[in-house]
Parts: sequence; C-alpha cells; structure tokens
Amino acid sequence: MKIADSQARRLLATMARYKKQVFITYFCLFVTIGLNLLVPWLIKLVIDQGLSRGDRALMVNIGLLILGLALVRGVFGFGLRYLTEWLAQRVAYDLRNELYDKIQRISFAFHDKAHTGDLMSRATSDVEQVQRFIGNGLLDLTNIFVLLVASLIIMLSADVRLTLLTLTPIPVLVLVTIRFGMNQRVLSKRVQEQMGKLSTTLQENSTGVRVVKAFAREDHENAKFNAENREYLQRRLAVVRSWASTFPFMNFIIAGSTAILLGLGGQAVMRGEISVGTLVAFNSYIVMLALPVQRLGFLVNMLSNAGASGERLYEILDEPSKVQEKPDALTLESVQGLVRFEDVTFAYGERPVLRHVSFTARPNEVIALMGPTGSGKSTIIALIPRFYDVKQAGRVTVDGHDIRDVTLASLRRQIGIVLQETFLFSATIRANIAYGHRTAPLDDVIAAAQAARAHDFIMALPDGYETRIGERGVTLSGGQRQRLAIARALLLNPRILILDDSLSNVDTETEYLIQQALSTLMQGRTTFVIAQRLITLKSADQILVLDHGAIVQRGTHEQLLAEGGLYRRIYDLQLRDQEETARYQPAALASPEPSTLSLSKGVEGQVGD
Amino acid sequence: MAMRTGAGPSTGSGRGNSATDPDDIIGKAYDPRVMGRLLEYLKPYRKQVAFAFVVMIVRAVSGLAGPTIIRLAIDEGMAKGNTALLGQMVVAYLLASGLNWVTNFTQIYTMAWVGQTLIYTFRTRLFEHLQKLTLSFYDHYEVGRIISRVIGDVGVMQEFVTWAVVGVFSDIFVLVGIIVAMLSLNVPLSLLTFTVLPLMVIVTAIWRRRARETYRQVRRKIAAVNANLNENITGVRVVQSFSREGVNAAYFDRLNREHLDANMDAARLSSLFFPAIDIIGSLATALVVGFGGVAVLEGGLTAGVLVAMVLYVDRFFDPIRDLTQRYNTLQATMASGERIIELLDTEPDILEAPDAIELPPIVGHVKVDHVTFGYSDGVNVLHDINLDVPAGQTVAFVGETGAGKSSLVALLSRFYEVKKGAITIDGYDIRKVKRESLRRQMGVVLQATFLFSGTIKDNIRYGRLTATDEEVTRAAQTVGAHEFIATLAKGYDTPVGEGGVTLSVGQRQLVSFARALLADPRILILDEATSSIDTHTEQIIQRALERLLKGRTAFVIAHRLSTITKADQIVVVSDGRIAERGSHQQLLARQGMYYDLYTMSFRREQREKALAELAEGREGVGSRG
Ligand SMILES: Nc1ncnc2c1ncn2[C@@H]1O[C@H](COP(=O)(O)OP(=O)(O)OP(=O)(O)O)[C@@H](O)[C@H]1O
Ligand SMILES: Nc1ncnc2c1ncn2[C@@H]1O[C@H](COP(=O)(O)OP(=O)(O)OP(=O)(O)O)[C@@H](O)[C@H]1O
Ligand SMILES: [Mg+2]
Ligand SMILES: [Mg+2]
Repeated sequence: MKIADSQARRLLATMARYKKQVFITYFCLFVTIGLNLLVPWLIKLVIDQGLSRGDRALMVNIGLLILGLALVRGVFGFGLRYLTEWLAQRVAYDLRNELYDKIQRISFAFHDKAHTGDLMSRATSDVEQVQRFIGNGLLDLTNIFVLLVASLIIMLSADVRLTLLTLTPIPVLVLVTIRFGMNQRVLSKRVQEQMGKLSTTLQENSTGVRVVKAFAREDHENAKFNAENREYLQRRLAVVRSWASTFPFMNFIIAGSTAILLGLGGQAVMRGEISVGTLVAFNSYIVMLALPVQRLGFLVNMLSNAGASGERLYEILDEPSKVQEKPDALTLESVQGLVRFEDVTFAYGERPVLRHVSFTARPNEVIALMGPTGSGKSTIIALIPRFYDVKQAGRVTVDGHDIRDVTLASLRRQIGIVLQETFLFSATIRANIAYGHRTAPLDDVIAAAQAARAHDFIMALPDGYETRIGERGVTLSGGQRQRLAIARALLLNPRILILDDSLSNVDTETEYLIQQALSTLMQGRTTFVIAQRLITLKSADQILVLDHGAIVQRGTHEQLLAEGGLYRRIYDLQLRDQEETARYQPAALASPEPSTLSLSKGVEGQVGD
Repeated sequence: MAMRTGAGPSTGSGRGNSATDPDDIIGKAYDPRVMGRLLEYLKPYRKQVAFAFVVMIVRAVSGLAGPTIIRLAIDEGMAKGNTALLGQMVVAYLLASGLNWVTNFTQIYTMAWVGQTLIYTFRTRLFEHLQKLTLSFYDHYEVGRIISRVIGDVGVMQEFVTWAVVGVFSDIFVLVGIIVAMLSLNVPLSLLTFTVLPLMVIVTAIWRRRARETYRQVRRKIAAVNANLNENITGVRVVQSFSREGVNAAYFDRLNREHLDANMDAARLSSLFFPAIDIIGSLATALVVGFGGVAVLEGGLTAGVLVAMVLYVDRFFDPIRDLTQRYNTLQATMASGERIIELLDTEPDILEAPDAIELPPIVGHVKVDHVTFGYSDGVNVLHDINLDVPAGQTVAFVGETGAGKSSLVALLSRFYEVKKGAITIDGYDIRKVKRESLRRQMGVVLQATFLFSGTIKDNIRYGRLTATDEEVTRAAQTVGAHEFIATLAKGYDTPVGEGGVTLSVGQRQLVSFARALLADPRILILDEATSSIDTHTEQIIQRALERLLKGRTAFVIAHRLSTITKADQIVVVSDGRIAERGSHQQLLARQGMYYDLYTMSFRREQREKALAELAEGREGVGSRG
C-alpha cells in the first residue's frame, strides 16, 4: 500500500493536532472489533455447549448476552462513527481555513497566474476527497488490517501447511492492489486537474458573458466547454476502467484460494488429515478475508484520490508568497506621508517594466503620473503598498522606512487605494463603502459618498444605502462603480491616497465636483493621481511623465508646458482647444478669479503660452 | 466530487431579489416529477441499463452458486470419497467465480460508463442552456452559483446513476433472496425474526425526516462557504489593498464553522442511526438464538438450520443498511436534480421569434423609435428615446454618469428588451431577426473590458474565429497595440492571465478594441473604448477610425470630449432623456449643456457656490501652492 507517500503522511500529520480524539476513536474501534469477534464465539458456544448438553438457561442467557453486547457495541459504535466524522470534518475545516488564509494573503504575483475556477475546485473538490479518506478510509484501513491479522493468526494456528497453500494466490492480490494504487494515483490527479480546467472554463464563460453575447460566440463557447467536458469524461472513464478491471479480479483471486482449499483440503479430509469442521472454518476465514480485500479496492482508490488531492492542496499551501514580512518587521505607526522611490528598477518577469525611477512625494503634495498605456504607472503605485517586491534594484521608503522593513498590515493601513479596475462585492452599497472600516457610522459613510459624488445616485436607488448590488457591481453604470470605489478609499481617511485612473468613466462635470471635494480632503495627505485626462492632473504639485518605464519629464503643469516634449504634445491634442473655446467665447467665465481663493489651480489664465 | 458552490450573501443581510432562492427549496424525499425528468435523460441508455440489469442477475446467481458448490463438494465428494466429483466441483467453483468476475466487471463498467456519460450530457446541456440565457439573468445569478449547479449538483447525480440505479435493485434482489431462503428453512423462526421489522421502520422513518432537514442545512452552509470563497478570490486585490485579510478570515471561519456544525448535526444523527440498526439486528439474532435454541432442544429444529438462520439474519440487515444509504444518495440526487431542473427551466427572457429571419447584410441605418426601457419593472432608465442614424454616420453619446448611455447601446445589440417602442436596422425590427445574425454584424467594445485567459492572439481572434494571423496583426496595428505586443517576449502568443491581469488596463482596452475591429462589423459600438488609453495612442486610433468607419455606422460613448468632436451627431443624454443633439459646432453655438461640459464652465458656478460657503464661515479650505 502506498501510505509511504509524503502527501498522505502530511495529511495524517494534520490529525496529530487531535491526538485525544484520535486516541478515543481508535479505542472505540478496537472495542467494537473485539465485540464483533465475540459474537461468532458465542454462537459456537450455543452449538457446542447449549445444544449438545441441552442447557436451556445457557441458551436464553446467551441470547440476552448477545443483546447486551449489542447495546455496548452500539454505544461504542456511536462514539466511533461520531468521532470519525468529527475528525474528517475538522480536518476539512482546518484545510479550508488554511487555504482561504493562504489565498487571501499570498502576493499578487501568485494571483496573476492562478485561475479562480481552479482554486475553487481545489478548495471544494480536493478538500472533499481528503475528507472522505479521513472519514472512511483511515478507520477502515485499521479495521481491515486487524481483521486480516486476526484471521491469519487463527488460520495458522489451525493448520500451517493448509494455510500457506491456500494463501498462495495472495501475493498476486497484493501486487494487483499496489499496481492499482499507483495507477489510480496518476489517474485521479489527472481527473482532478481536468476538473479544475472545467471549472475555470465555466467560470470564465460566466464572468465574460457580455463579451460572449456581444460577439454571438455561444457556439464557440459550447465547443470550448464541450472539449473540456469530453476530456473530463475520458479521464473519468480511465479511472473507472482501471477500477472495474481490478476490483472484480480481486474477488476472483480470493475465489482461487477457496478453490485450492476445496481441492487440497478436500483430499486431506478424505485422507482423514483434517476434519470437515476445519475445512468449513477455513472457508469462513477466507470469506472473512475476502470482505476486507473488497474494501481494500475502495480504500486504495480513496487513498489515491486523497493523495492526489493532497498534492494539489499542498501545492497551494506550500507556495511561498513572493512578498514576505521580515520576522522583525516594525509596525508603522501613523505616518507623515513622505514617499520616496530611490532608483527603482522592477520587472514582473524578465522584461524590466520600471527603470531607475526616483522621486519624492512629500506630505500634502499631489503627485500626478501620466504617460502612455503600459508605461508603468500602475506598476509604480502597486509598489507602494508592496503588492510586489522590488527585487531588481532600488528601494521604496515611507517616512524613511524601507517598506520591506515594516509589517504589511501597518503599511497598507496608511494607504487608501482606488485600483484601476473597479471591483465591488455583492453586498449592500453601505457595506461596500465601509469595506475598509466596517464599523464606520452611517454618517461617515454618507460623508465619503458625498465627497465621491455618489450620494445623489445612491439616494435615488430604491433602498438607498441598503441597496444590494449585483456581483462585481454589474447593476451599476461604469461611473457609479468608480465613485463607490473612491468613497470606499476615502472612508479610510488614509495618509496616502492613490487614485489609479479612477475618474476615467466619469463625466467632466462630476469629475470636477469630485476634485473639488478631494482638494479639501487631500489636505494633509500625500496623493497620487493617475489619469489620461490632463484636466485631472494639471493642478498637481508634481507631474511625472513616464515612458517605457522611465520618468522622462517632471515638473508642474506650467513648467512642463513651457518645456515642450511629450506633455506639451498631449496638451495640444487634448485640452488646448477646449480651454481656448472657453476663453474666447465671451459668455464663458467672464468674471475674473478672486486671487485669494484658489480651490484648484484654476482653468483659465494659467496656460503658459 | 460534490462541489456545492453557490449562493448565500457574503455580508449577512438579505438578498435583493424577491424571487425564492432555489437553494431554499427543500429537496423533497421523492419527487416523481424530478425523477421523471432525470429518468428521461437516462432513456437513451436504457439498453445499457437493461444489459447491466441482466448481468447483475447473472452475477448474483453466480455468487450464490458458490456455497452450494461447496456444500456439494463436502456432502457428495468428501463424505463419499468421490475424488472425481471433488475435482469437478473445484472446476465448477472456479468457473462460477470466473463468471462472477466477468459479470461484475461488466456491470460496474457499464453502469459507470452510463453514469459518466450522463454527467457529461447533463453538463453539456446545462452549459448550452446557460448560453441561451440573457444578461438580465446573469445580472442576478452569481457566478459561484452557476458553478455550483454545473459542477457540484451534476456531480451528485453521478453517484446516483453509477451506484444507486442498479444497486437498489441488487439490494432488493438480495433481500428477497434471503427472505425466501429463510422462509424455506423455517417459517415460524423467520416470522419471529420479521417481528423486529416494524421497529426498524419506525427508526428509519424518524431518521429520514430529521436527516432531510440536516442535510439541507449542510448544503446551504457549504454554499455560503463557497460563495464567500469565490468572491474573495476574485476580489483578492481589493482585499489586500484594504488589509481585510484578518477580518475576512474571521468571517470565513464563522461560515466554515457553521458548516462544520451542520455536518456534525448530521453526523450525530447517522451515528445514532446505524448503531440503532445494529442493535435491532442483534435483537433479531438474540430472538433466533433464544427461541431457536429452545426449539432445537425440543426437537422441532435441527442444529444446522439454526446455524443457517443465524447466518441469514446477520446478512439480512446488510441490504437494509445499504438501502438506507442509497436513500441518502437518492435524496441528494432529488435536491440536486431539482436545482438543475430549475435552471434548465429558466426561460431566456428574450426569446427569438419563431419566425425570426436571418438579417441580410446591412448598410447600417439605425432607427430608435420612442424607446422606453428599464432594468426592472417600475423604474425606467430610458424614456421615450428617438434617434435616426443614417448608414455610415458616427453618433456620439455624452452626458453625466448613470445617464443611460451604456443602457441605450446595450439595447441596440438586443442584450435587453425594450419596454416600449422599437429599434430598427435598415427597416428590420431587431426583435424579428435572428440574434446571431444581428450581433455578427456588430462590433462592440464594452465599458468593462473583459479578456479571456488565453493568448493575446486568441483574444483578438475572438472577434472573428477564422481570421488569419496577418489579419490579427493588422487589427492590432490599427489600434496601436502592435507596438507593445511586439516588445513582449512571446509577442502575440503571450498569455494574458485571468481577465487579462498581466496586461495594463489600457493594453487590455486596446486588445478588446482590436477584437471588435477584427469582426469587421457594419455597426461599431464603442463604450468608453479608450477611457484608459493615452492621448497619443488614441490619436492613432482616431486616424485609423476615420478611414475604417467610412461606410460604417458607429456609436461612440466618451467622457473625454476631445475624442468625439468630429462625430456627425452628438447626442447629450441626461437622466435617460435626450437633452440636446447636433454637431460639435451647432452644440457649441447653442451654449447649452454640451457647451458647459466642453468648456467646463460649470466650474465657475461651483466656485461661486464654494465662495458663498466660505463666506458663511464654513470649514476653511485653504489654498495650496
Ligand atoms: N444591469 C443593470 N441592472 C439594473 N440597473 C442597471 C443595470 N445597468 C445599469 N443600471 C442602472 O441604469 C442607469 C443607467 O446606467 P448606464 O450604465 O446606462 O449609465 P451610463 O450613462 O453608461 O453611465 P456611465 O457614464 O457611468 O457609464 C444607472 O442608474 C444604473 O444604476
Ligand atoms: N501582473 C503583471 N504581470 C506581468 N506583466 C505586467 C503585469 N502588470 C502589468 N504588466 C506589464 O507591465 C507594463 C506596465 O504596466 P502598467 O499596468 O504599470 O501600465 P500603466 O502605465 O498603468 O498602463 P495603463 O495606462 O494602460 O493603465 C505593461 O507592459 C504590462 O503589460
Ligand atoms: Mg494602469
Ligand atoms: Mg456606461
């Protein structure tokens, strides 16, 4: 048998935590086995003593004893079943918790490669395989082993020669079982892997249903799913074939033993060497052997499944996170918000995505990042909360601390981030906004929503803040989703605020209103803004222009306009006409700016040409 | 294999839609309607099932022959010293065992084959059905729940088909065999044994009722566990951004523990039940030993018969126990079957007219005629929209967020059904044409970009599956994506990860843009297609589009107004109504909403308001820089 297998052994080790329960379970098991072995002996007593001596009282007493034993056995049987199930469920529970924790904490680099459907299939189907094995398999294994040994001992003590002769087919049985186990192991793993693929296909299809529909690709999707499904069928059938061809064969081998017994033993009986009684008893023991062997087929199957599944689980659990906290990491207390990049070079894989990026963001400042698609803006801001580690060169510091020296939670607590890709949970709007600060009073939630200009549309919804939104926010418009994400970050009241292209789906007027609110909120914090619309960026204290992972220009709007280059070109394309239209249309903006009050660096009169 | 992912709100409070949650429907103990539907799927395999049935009987008989052969070998062979007969019996025994081996293999393999094939068919049917359902279904049906149906619930049925269908009959067969054997041995003693049966029935009935409830509880709890897991894997980036790992782990632990508790309730029940059956069995044995023993002493019974009776009583409860287990499987199957059938019976709410015609190649004259639309009854999102777009024109929609722009273009592809009014293309009402023929002629770039986890090439080719590599490259060049793709180590063969995570968001948009262009559509719909794309790349796209859009109708939604000034018609949508329309120049001249948006003149009003607030002495805003 293939217990000598590292995954299975590790699974067993998880049970070590529950030594007491395991002990009691095994105790119950041995008691029940013992009691089980007692009953045939009692029956023998009835036949040999009661019947032959005509002892009525003995017979009735034994009848009562059988009943009494059954009651005792019932109690232990209950303990056995219950505790076994407890252990199995408990291990599954532990595994699920561990997996969840791992998946939640492991760094982004892992999730860049992982597939949700596959992870799900591990956390469900694979955990279940392990649970089944621990629930039924382990105890059965012991049970069988005890029965096997017991019947062997009894047989050997009766007649060594006959026993050995009778059991000659058994090595074949062992060989078949081992081969089956090894086969099954490979086959089950292939099945489980395919299950992961099938789930992934399904998951992607459901998540991307809008694209499927938009391109009328239903047939293509059907074909895709069908291919995975068919492959799954094939792999399952391979398992079934191996199982079906082994299991009945095992029975046949046992029958071979009986046949040998019948032939050789029968002759021995005729020669008067053994009694018919012994022959019958031997036959019963062989039958007794047959039952566990049948079960052995099941068990080996179960063990192989559990082994394969265990492997898949430990693959995740053992995966080291690319972002590790140092053992002596500091807790970052409330920070000022001084963020420095010191000559940072970074690559996701081989190709460097950031090259020698250096800048300093001071508390109170607004830092704008702009540049072509894929130039590395999101990458820069992903490095601040340490979603990825800078491995290549350089370092990122917050208030002078290298962020690799502080705990992740204390670092991320300082940062409010609106990711470029909005993700909302299928919960109420209120729960979504309060995601980072669950206990926030409703007033704070409303204030955050107001600042993000989300309050009005929320109030227009049937249940206001208690409206449940669809998965990933599908029942909201693009701009509504973004505004909820902004409110969610604002509610944290973070020292460092990051807005990654967070206004791209918002109209200019709403955007302006949000900016107004933000300029109040941005006071006293360090803010990073990424946008393609210059209008979003131009009032920043520092604008960093990126290209191919390097900072090619930096300065304020005026400085950059004067400098020419990439920034100036984009300005010409995007904004100049709009601003000039505004300036030369007499009706617009006629009244001059009060110079003392500049909420944002205004639109007009600042164009540097 | 039973993977029951599924519903269950992740944050406690009740679910929004009022429809009964299918997870709450109690699986009926036995629902002939559900069983009928399931058996319908089994029908194509009735030959195999019948075959397995026959094989099962041969197997059972060959199994039963063993003891008789042994008895003959002992009584006729050994006792009478007949070596030849003994040899024959050994051979007969081997033959019977061989037959048992072959039939056993055949039965297992046949039923497993039927089971697996059925599962395969079920999954395929379900998936095909899911493809027919419309977006309004997906708006409210979580992905986790879909997975739970197609993977988990279908998996449950596999066990039923493979083991239970024939297994039940096999058990009944054995049970009847034992009863017959017992009765033929000794009638009074058999009847005595059967007196424990009512007890058995009562215990089983109690267990059945309680088990149903706990079983259902277990199912609901695991559904909640899996739904939470699914959502938090998908949203893991937000989880980590907000350092919610700890809170989430605690919450998950609670769900997980509730599931554990539900399971332990079930375990307690079955741990009580099976020993109880055992005790009842022992009671029967005790009765046989007591009364039978006395009967033997009184000479009414032989010792051999008593031994045989004891052995039979022992075996008698095996099939009963087995049947109870099967009952469990049956129940799980009922519950799952119900959920599957419920999904299969969900009608797509946009049906293709039976007499729908194939939309011929269109020129692209789109008319929206008094269209009113809402996602749910009651609240309307679009009110009485009228629009006439001659073929080849480019129309831009602008307006505040949530005004209904995306909803309007979604109606053009008939993702949702209009409530009032009609949309026609080249005079064809879109409700009267085949959906596939309509959508094939449209290219859509959706506001929420979605890429599949294949390679870049696969993703672009999704727009037209037959496109050559050159065509894919050309489409990428048109949208200015070629440049970045060329710098990747594997170029067009670079895998993009789930949802395209390994590309920047702008790059994802470019790929999805290229995908839409490759479809070579007559009507192009661009919903914020360039919102995350830099101005330089956008210029490339703009220039390419000018050429490409010749002769095609286009609908463009954009917040960056500089990108739509050249549109033939600009439509300002506000609150679900069309507020203004005209060319860029016309609208500027009008100095209405568009003018305000374009010149950002709202800033002035806003500033005045802020000034007033300041004057009232509200919290100082202070100026920076
Ligand atoms: N699937 C849906 N189910 C229910 N309501 C929806 C759904 N999609 C959008 N809505 C609602 O319909 C209204 C119009 O949304 P729509 O997406 O058309 O706006 P939009 O003009 O495209 O806005 P944005 O510029 O923010 O993308 C919004 O109030 C939104 O909440
Ligand atoms: N998780 C990832 N794994 C591997 N490569 C990545 C990953 N994320 C981004 N990249 C690559 O790194 C480069 C920079 O991406 P980044 O997301 O930082 O761009 P960006 O400037 O934010 O662009 P955009 O304006 O389109 O959002 C791109 O070439 C992209 O393909
Ligand atoms: Mg980005
Ligand atoms: Mg929209």
